[in-house]
Amino acid sequence: MPPTDLTSPAEPVPGKAAPGKAAGALPGGGGAASARTPCGITFEQVVKRFGDNVVLDHLDFAVGAGERVTLIGPSGSGKTTILRLLMTLERPDGGVIRVGDDPLWHMERGGKLVKAGEKHLHEMRKRIGMVFQQFNLFPNMNVLRNLTEGPVHVLGLSRDEAVERARGLLELVGLADKEDAHPTRLSGGQQQRVAIARALAMEPTVLLLDEVTSALDPELVVGVQDLLRDIARSTDVTMLCVTHEMGFARDISDRVLMFDQGRIIEEGPPGTIFEEPREERTRAFLRAVLAS
Amino acid sequence: MSEVLDSYPLLLRGAWTTVQITVYGAVFALVLALAFGLAGTARGRLLRAVNRIYVEFFRGVAALVLMYWFFYALPLLGLRFTPIAAAVLAIGLNYGAYGAEVVRGSVEAVPRAQWEAACALNFTAAQRMRRVLLPQATALMLPPFGNLLIELMKATAGVSLVSIADLTFRAKQIQASTGQTAATFAVILVMYFVIAQALQVLVRIAERRTARMLGRGLPPRRSPAAAPAGEAVLP
Amino acid sequence: MNWDWNYTGKLIPDLLDGLRVTVTATLLGYLIALALGLVWTLLRRSPNPLVHQTVRWVTEFVRSTPLLVQLFFLFYVLPSWGITLGALTAGIVGLGLHYSTYTAEVYRAGIEDVPRGQWEAATALNLPRRRVWAGVVLPQAVRRVVPSLGNYLIALFKDTPFLFGITVTELLGSAFDEGAHTLKYLEPITVAGLFFIAVSVVSSLALRRLEKHYATH
Repeated sequence: MPPTDLTSPAEPVPGKAAPGKAAGALPGGGGAASARTPCGITFEQVVKRFGDNVVLDHLDFAVGAGERVTLIGPSGSGKTTILRLLMTLERPDGGVIRVGDDPLWHMERGGKLVKAGEKHLHEMRKRIGMVFQQFNLFPNMNVLRNLTEGPVHVLGLSRDEAVERARGLLELVGLADKEDAHPTRLSGGQQQRVAIARALAMEPTVLLLDEVTSALDPELVVGVQDLLRDIARSTDVTMLCVTHEMGFARDISDRVLMFDQGRIIEEGPPGTIFEEPREERTRAFLRAVLAS
Repeated sequence: MSEVLDSYPLLLRGAWTTVQITVYGAVFALVLALAFGLAGTARGRLLRAVNRIYVEFFRGVAALVLMYWFFYALPLLGLRFTPIAAAVLAIGLNYGAYGAEVVRGSVEAVPRAQWEAACALNFTAAQRMRRVLLPQATALMLPPFGNLLIELMKATAGVSLVSIADLTFRAKQIQASTGQTAATFAVILVMYFVIAQALQVLVRIAERRTARMLGRGLPPRRSPAAAPAGEAVLP
Repeated sequence: MNWDWNYTGKLIPDLLDGLRVTVTATLLGYLIALALGLVWTLLRRSPNPLVHQTVRWVTEFVRSTPLLVQLFFLFYVLPSWGITLGALTAGIVGLGLHYSTYTAEVYRAGIEDVPRGQWEAATALNLPRRRVWAGVVLPQAVRRVVPSLGNYLIALFKDTPFLFGITVTELLGSAFDEGAHTLKYLEPITVAGLFFIAVSVVSSLALRRLEKHYATH
């Protein structure tokens, strides 16, 4: 789906609501998903260490605006760290990350990049949403409050607007009848669908999906995957996805990045990576994953 | 025994004073516990140091010594309190220090994932605390707070030594006038026990409400004797 | 009014005497608490419901009523029943009795915390009952209870000023008596408070080291 306007794709357009777009694509999904122009992402020489362990070693890569990219690779290869750096949950030890044209962790001052403060991070986080492996719904709020809390207190929507948006999203994720339910009363799959709706309610231009189906019972995986496929098809949000579900990766992504030890060892469209991988380590990894 | 029971108006007045000092002291302690406990969860070193100093100092000194100090020593420095104010101040400062440790521990015990989810929704630090961490920490705070409340109530008996007419003070009066030592003290021990049980019921209602808010089942009901009082004095 | 250093210096020996009484009461009271707490715990495991319910409510009663009133009871009531205790003895017994209800709770929790699987494993090995307790349950329980027991030692120490209520000249009492002599309460009570803080802070630091030791071994 092409962006609806021709401003620079990296320029977020705050407050530009286009509910018709998503609603048209998704039956019943009023005002769903991103209404903003998507942002690209660039990593420039990014380093992240945990103690002596170098997780990301001068990593360079870019994701285009509206592109869907899946990160695969053995655990400990730094995929989740990339998402956590983007969500500002971890601080990089070196290099520059950009979301859109703007550096995430830095500010430009006099042509130089300096470390940014909390205010800048707050601005940048408006562009980014994340769905977690363990859902991380707030147990002190019912389902509806989970979805409205951010829009009301962060985006400044009125309660009515937020509730309307939340109800549209709950319908999109197929849980319209659960708005009063308590998160702990839902199945894992339902919780994860609420968590996806909660992230979308903030209208991010970049959506980070961190192994969103790995905590689910096998029979619940498909529902969540179908939902994400719908969202990918009907919106132009930039998606960065870490997963071990290769079928899902193939369906959803424009491009797959294969990670090993903090570096990208191979990349390409899913067809190429999964059918004819060049690297022996990619082949070994795919064999291991498919066997399990 | 009947002479003791005949003086029930005196005993009731004393009990009322005990309850009042307990409530004022508990409210003051709660305010201090929240303020200093949250300071202890801050990232800034200064705030954390403020928390440590307050906790170590006021947890280290006995409530009764503090009370004597407010009552006898401070007036000599020109600071004069009414006896009740001195008692409430001393008790609040002392139990606020225990409470601050409970608050800090409970906030830190909320899973980090909750903090991350709040961060991903772009909540500010204050919003994360107020809307996500503190409501969940409350459920963890209540049981130890319940134990502290009983300890605080028991400590108020010390005010009788600085001539505040609480339940214990009235008992000594009645004992002196009737000579019924055993009966008098037995009666007020029972009265203290009733107050303690009533406080426990209130705390349990609060626990039940928070558990419901968090969508949990009721916390396993502790038998009255099984209340983990150990937490009340954990450093 | 200003702080009188001269006066402060003269106070110290008397206050140290008071501190000695406080420490004696603390240690002896604590020994009683440790032993009596064990008795309560064992009685609460009694299969006879009359016994364990009685113990349960008695300990709950002692724990939720003020130490000061219990001290009054021991000191003023027992003589009329033919048992006369000196003030310090009554104080030590009172502290021990009061805190035995806490140590009982600690023991009980420690024993209950030993995983069920450990009991089952011991049964599967057909160990005699004595060995189950001495070889399996208690060694594991002890590790869990040491930190809590230490906390109660410090708590008991901080409750010793109540002994002043039954005329024991412990630390607070000696400070107060000094003040009553000179009508200068500021220095003695302040110094007594600092003594209390010093002892509790040092003991909690020691306790934290002990906890670390038990956490790793």
